Amino acid sequence: MLRSMTKKSTTLLNLTAVVVLVTLLYLLEINKNSFGMAVSILQKSVILSIVAVSMNLLNGFTGLFSLGQAGFMAIGAYITAIFSISSDTIDSVYYTSGLAPWLMSFKLGLDVFPSAIRILFGLLLGGVVAGLFAALIGIPVLRLKSDYLAIATLGFSEIIRAILSSPQMDQITNGSYGLKNIPGFAIESDFLPVGTGSLLVPFAIAALCITFMVMLIKSSYGRAFMAIREDGVAAEAMGINLLKHKELSFIVSSFMTAIAGGLLAMFMRSIDARTFQISMTYDILLIVVIGGLGSITGSILSAFLVTASKEWWLRFFDQPLITGGITIPLFRTGFRMVVFSVLLMVVVLFFRRGLMGNREFSWSALLSWPKRMPKAKKGANKRG
Amino acid sequence: MSLLEIENLSVHYGGIEALKNISFTVNAGEIVTLIGANGAGKSTTLKSISGLVSASGGTIKHNGEIISGLDTQQIVERGIVLVPEGRKVFSNLSVLENLKIGAYLRHDHAGVAADIERMYDLFPRLKERHWQMAGTLSGGEQQMLAVGRALMAKPQILMMDEPSLGLAPLIVRDIFSIIRKINEQGTTVLLIEQNANAALKVADRGYVLVTGEVMMSGAGHDLLTDKSVQDAYLGTSAH
Ligand SMILES: Nc1ncnc2c1ncn2[C@@H]1O[C@H](COP(=O)(O)OP(=O)(O)O)[C@@H](O)[C@H]1O
Ligand SMILES: [Mg+2]
Repeated sequence: MLRSMTKKSTTLLNLTAVVVLVTLLYLLEINKNSFGMAVSILQKSVILSIVAVSMNLLNGFTGLFSLGQAGFMAIGAYITAIFSISSDTIDSVYYTSGLAPWLMSFKLGLDVFPSAIRILFGLLLGGVVAGLFAALIGIPVLRLKSDYLAIATLGFSEIIRAILSSPQMDQITNGSYGLKNIPGFAIESDFLPVGTGSLLVPFAIAALCITFMVMLIKSSYGRAFMAIREDGVAAEAMGINLLKHKELSFIVSSFMTAIAGGLLAMFMRSIDARTFQISMTYDILLIVVIGGLGSITGSILSAFLVTASKEWWLRFFDQPLITGGITIPLFRTGFRMVVFSVLLMVVVLFFRRGLMGNREFSWSALLSWPKRMPKAKKGANKRG
Repeated sequence: MSLLEIENLSVHYGGIEALKNISFTVNAGEIVTLIGANGAGKSTTLKSISGLVSASGGTIKHNGEIISGLDTQQIVERGIVLVPEGRKVFSNLSVLENLKIGAYLRHDHAGVAADIERMYDLFPRLKERHWQMAGTLSGGEQQMLAVGRALMAKPQILMMDEPSLGLAPLIVRDIFSIIRKINEQGTTVLLIEQNANAALKVADRGYVLVTGEVMMSGAGHDLLTDKSVQDAYLGTSAH
């Protein structure tokens, strides 16, 4: 009786999966030298999965379309970078105009805390600043039709990029030079193997962020978000305050996006404003659409699949291919992206609702999948 | 003092005056109906009571207190709940989720759970289909769900905007018997309908709305037998 799986066995499966995952991640991260590619793809995937889930919270669950992901990530990335770069190396980073004195003294004040706390502070501050910007944009724009949010956030994202790289910001963002010497995820300790934390740290933060969003979606707030998505007038008639809930969803989504931006800065180790172009937002949008609007597990799965195929599985398309002395045309740098685009079109055409639709992953559905497709579907459909 | 008193209510949409100084009352325990042709201003009346559109003049009183100007959330909290025109169920959510959203402003979990069971008693079809997406229900079932969803807010006054619209005659009969049942269980009902015949039969009192003005009022039965109402709305005249 797979479909009527008990709560106990589900918990057991979940626990086992977590233990296996943590062990695997740990083995990978302490052997980073042999598995460099895998580690970096997993890092990037898990970071993007936070952004994808945040975008899904807003777009898939609340029916609001924001295109500001790159901008909010930039806010998080810069703030995290500024607070996590060690004060000792800061002069070599801001080698042209130096860090603004007020910021420097603030940073020096924070140096009483261990670096993990400073990084956490940077991540949270980035989230809060992004959330404040979202609130400010939201007040006028969320009253209008939802298309306006897309336009406003797209503009916002570009303005943020322009501001970050402007010469007037030299003493804060290092202008167009960008920031480097950003610490990575690995925990530096004499007692732990080198590389510990490279994967477990970003995975743990992502798990926290995503769990928070899932809990929000499952709460009565989440039900209100979905009601607004389905029919604003009916939601309002039931006493749901439209503006308040749209603001909440937008603020939480932007907060989490900025956290992911901060993690991305730590992943990349050096950032500049060009990192956060519109194409980044576009990448996230693809992940969300491929995973299925309204499916959290779909977004997560898709973040890993898309990142791995872009950065890894499709790589060989970029290498010249020679069989039997003949060089097959097309196989050259950039061809990978063509193949990727074609794959994307196939997904959009044939899996119009994404890999998961609006369903969620469940063990019972997975285990009964080969035998009993339709029933598995039904089981997965029951949400909330 | 009536439960609901509407005095000289006016509503403008841009330059259009949709309601011109209409006045009417709803007493506790009654079924009151507003009938009128398409565009007469029926929906606008209910929307302005709900706070979904704002009035340009006049007052709305609930239990003697002015409620015009409050927002919809506060009005729902006072127990005045609208079943909107065209049902507007949340199509991609299950029947059960739709019902739960109806109870959005309530915090008594046990009471909500009990009321869900009460809705299943009132609408057995919804119980059978509680896991089904609301958009896959038939028109009549969707209307039942829309009513059930509104009842989940524990309304003192339930306002219904053309619940019979687009439904087969047999289903319309069911809907009206449910309206009567809800009323008998203690909920005051303000019903608007183009189906004047059915509405006047179930109503204690009725008002006839013509292009934003109240033209006539009286007991449901009296309006039903009134010659001019028959000519205009009941389709029983000779021409
Ligand atoms: N949102 C709106 N914007 C402009 N005019 C409207 C709007 N809603 C209704 N009206 C106009 O107000 C009048 C009354 O409409 P309504 O209250 O919907 O009538 P009914 O429900 O009796 O059919 C009509 O002339 C209609 O065209
Ligand atoms: Mg109407």
